[in-house]
Amino acid sequence: MQAGLFITCLTDTFYPRVGAAMVAVLRHFGCEVRFPSQQTCCGQPAYNNGLPTDAAPLVEKLARIFQHDRYVVSPSASCNAMIKLHGAELFDPGSESRRLVDILADKLHDFTGFLTDVLDVDLTRCAPALPAQRVTWHYSCHCRGIIPFETAFERIRRLIGSRFVPLPRADQCCGFGGAFAAEFEQISDAMLEDKLSCLRQTGADLLICDEAGCRMNIEGGLHRRKHPLTVVHTAELIAEALGLPLPEIP
Amino acid sequence: MTVLPTFRQRAAEALADQRLRLAILDATTQRDAKRRAAWRDLPDVQALRLLARQIKDHTLDNLDHYLNQFIDNLRRLGVEIHLASSADDANAAVVAIARQFHCTDAVKAKSMLTEETHLNRALLDAGINVVETDLGEFLLQLDDDRPSHLTCPAVHKDLDACAETFARKLDVPFVADPHALVAIARKTMRDKFRSATLAITGVNCAVAESGTIVLVMNEGNGRFCTLAPRVHVAMMGLEKIVPSLADAAVMLKLLGRSATAQRLTVDTHFITGPRRDGELDGASHMHVVIVDAGRSDILAGTHRHVLRCIRCAACLNICPVYRSVGGHAYGGVYPGPIGKLLTPLLAGAPDAETLPHASTLCGACYEACPVMIDIPQLLIEMRRDQAARRRGPRWKPRLIRWAMWLARSPRRFVLTQRIVRRLLRPRSADEWISRAPPPLAGWTRAQRDLPAPPPKSFRQLWKEGRI
Repeated sequence: MQAGLFITCLTDTFYPRVGAAMVAVLRHFGCEVRFPSQQTCCGQPAYNNGLPTDAAPLVEKLARIFQHDRYVVSPSASCNAMIKLHGAELFDPGSESRRLVDILADKLHDFTGFLTDVLDVDLTRCAPALPAQRVTWHYSCHCRGIIPFETAFERIRRLIGSRFVPLPRADQCCGFGGAFAAEFEQISDAMLEDKLSCLRQTGADLLICDEAGCRMNIEGGLHRRKHPLTVVHTAELIAEALGLPLPEIP
Repeated sequence: MTVLPTFRQRAAEALADQRLRLAILDATTQRDAKRRAAWRDLPDVQALRLLARQIKDHTLDNLDHYLNQFIDNLRRLGVEIHLASSADDANAAVVAIARQFHCTDAVKAKSMLTEETHLNRALLDAGINVVETDLGEFLLQLDDDRPSHLTCPAVHKDLDACAETFARKLDVPFVADPHALVAIARKTMRDKFRSATLAITGVNCAVAESGTIVLVMNEGNGRFCTLAPRVHVAMMGLEKIVPSLADAAVMLKLLGRSATAQRLTVDTHFITGPRRDGELDGASHMHVVIVDAGRSDILAGTHRHVLRCIRCAACLNICPVYRSVGGHAYGGVYPGPIGKLLTPLLAGAPDAETLPHASTLCGACYEACPVMIDIPQLLIEMRRDQAARRRGPRWKPRLIRWAMWLARSPRRFVLTQRIVRRLLRPRSADEWISRAPPPLAGWTRAQRDLPAPPPKSFRQLWKEGRI
C-alpha cells in the first residue's frame, strides 16, 4: 500500500508533530508514505473569499503533484473539502486539469477515514492505552459534505471506547473560519467562548480536534484562559497509545 | 430606533449585552434542538427536503406560468389583484385600498414582507391606524422596536422587558407573568378587531391551481383578522407561489416542523376567495398584492436559490453567529444566515455588503434549511460578485491574492514560512503569542493566544530524514 501525504500549510507550519504522527501510524499499519515537497496550499482562502481564479492554479498544482499516487491522505477536513467539493468547478469539464482534479478528489482521504476505509484498521484496537481519563471530540464544520457527523462520531466512539464523553453542540462552529477569526474577532471570540463552555461541561482532560484551524482557535482560547486541557489530533493520540516513536520536534 | 452605521458596531453593541446573549443563545439552542427532533419524527426528512427543493425550483423556473394561473384563478374568485414592482408601489396599493373603503383602522397579522416594505409607516403617514396582532409584533410596535428573528420577533426581549413595555405603554400594572400579559394583550386586541374594517396579512403559500392563499398562525389572531373585518388585503412576494395544493402540503409539513417543531401550526388557513353569498363570515372584499421589489432581478441572477426560502428561521436558530449577536446586529429586516443574502439583495441595510463576510462558512445553515438553500455557497458567490465589482472589504482580497501568489511557488512558500516564523517566534513566550502583529492582530485581541510556529516545519524535518 502506498499513499501520498498532503500535509496542508497550517499543519506543515504549526503542527509538524501531527504530520510525524500520521506518518508513524501509517507506516505502523504497513503503508508506505511519500511526501512530495512541491506541495503548498489548497487555495481555500481564495476560493472562500470569492477569488476562484486565484485558487485554481493551486488546486491544479496539487492534482499534478499527486497524480501518480494511489491514495492521498491529509490531516485536515477543510482542505479535503476544498478539493473534493469545490475543486472541479474551477476547471472546464473535459479539460486535462479537470480530469486530474477529479482523480485527486476521488483518492483523497482524511486520516481516520483512510485507516478505516482503506487500510481496514479496527479502531477499537488503535488506542489500547489512553493518556487521559475523559476524552472529548470536536467535529470540524468542513467535514460537512465529506464525512457525516454520525460517521465521524462513531469512529471516535470506537477509538476511545468508554472514556469518550460527547461534547454538547459538538457540531457547532468554534469560531475559526479562516480570515473570519481576525476579521470579526469579537464574534469569533463569542463563538469560541461558547465552545469552551461546552468543553468545560464535559470535564474532559483531552480533546481530539483534527482540524488545524479549529485547533489553533480552541487551543489558543484554552491557553489564554490557562485552562488545562490537552488538544491532540487523532494521529497523535493513536501514535502515543501504540507507543510509536515520534521524532523530537526542535 | 436608530441603527448604528456598521455591522461591526452593531455586533459589538449586541455582544456587550450579556442578558441579550444569554436570552438568544437559550432560545435558539432550544428551538434548534426541537427542530431536529421534529425532523427525526418524519419517516424520511431528506427525501422531503429534496421534494420541497424540487417544487420550489420547478415553480421558479416556470414562474410566469404559475403566476398567471394564480392570477386567473383569483380573478375568477372575485379577488382584486395588485401587481407591485417596488416596495413603495406595494404600500401605495394598500393605502389606496384603505382609502377606497374609507378604512381608518386596520389590524395586521405578522408578515416579513410588510416589514420589508415598511408598510406600517406608510399607513400611519396616510392617517390609517394599524395594530399588529401577533403578540411579539404587538409588543415591538408598542416599543417602536424592530423584529430580531423571523418567527419569534421579540426573542431579544425577556419577560421583564415585555412586562415593562406593557406597563409603560398600556397603562397597566407591571406583572412579569406570561398569562397575565397575554390576557392584557388579548383585551386590547379584541377592541381593535371589533372596530377594524381592514385586515392585512402576509401569505405563506399561494396555490396556483386553486387561487388559494395559505396562512400559518399560532395565536388565533389570524382567524380574527381574516373573518371579522370587511376588507382583507394579503401581501405576498411573487416567490410564494406553489403549483398545487399537494405542493402546499409538502411546504406545510416542513414549515411547521422547521420553524416551531409543530407538525402543523395551530391555525392553518386556506382562503379561496372572499365571502360568498350565504356564508356567515370572512371578508367581503379580498385583495392580493403581489410584490416583486427586486425578486425578478434575483431570479435572473446567480443567487436565485434564495427565493426558495420559506422564512422558517431554522438557519437562524442553528447559526453560531446569530446565536452570538442576535438579529438587530444585521441591521436589516432579515437577520441570520439567510439575512446575509436577503438583506444585500432585497431590503438593504447600512453596511449590508459586510454581511456576506461575517460567516465562517460552517455550513450549519445549509444542514438546517428545509428547502436546501446552500447558503454558504451563495455567500461565497456574493463575495465573488463583490470582488469582481471591487466592492466589500479592501484589504482582504489583496492580502489573499498575494498569499496565493506566494503559494504558487514552493520556493516562495518556504521563504514565507521562514519569514512568518522569524516574525512570530521572537514575540512568543512558552511557544505562545499573546499580541500578534497585523494582519493577525485581531486574533489575539480576542481572548485567544496564537501558537508560535515550531522552529522547524514538517517539510524541513522530512528533508532532514527525521520523519
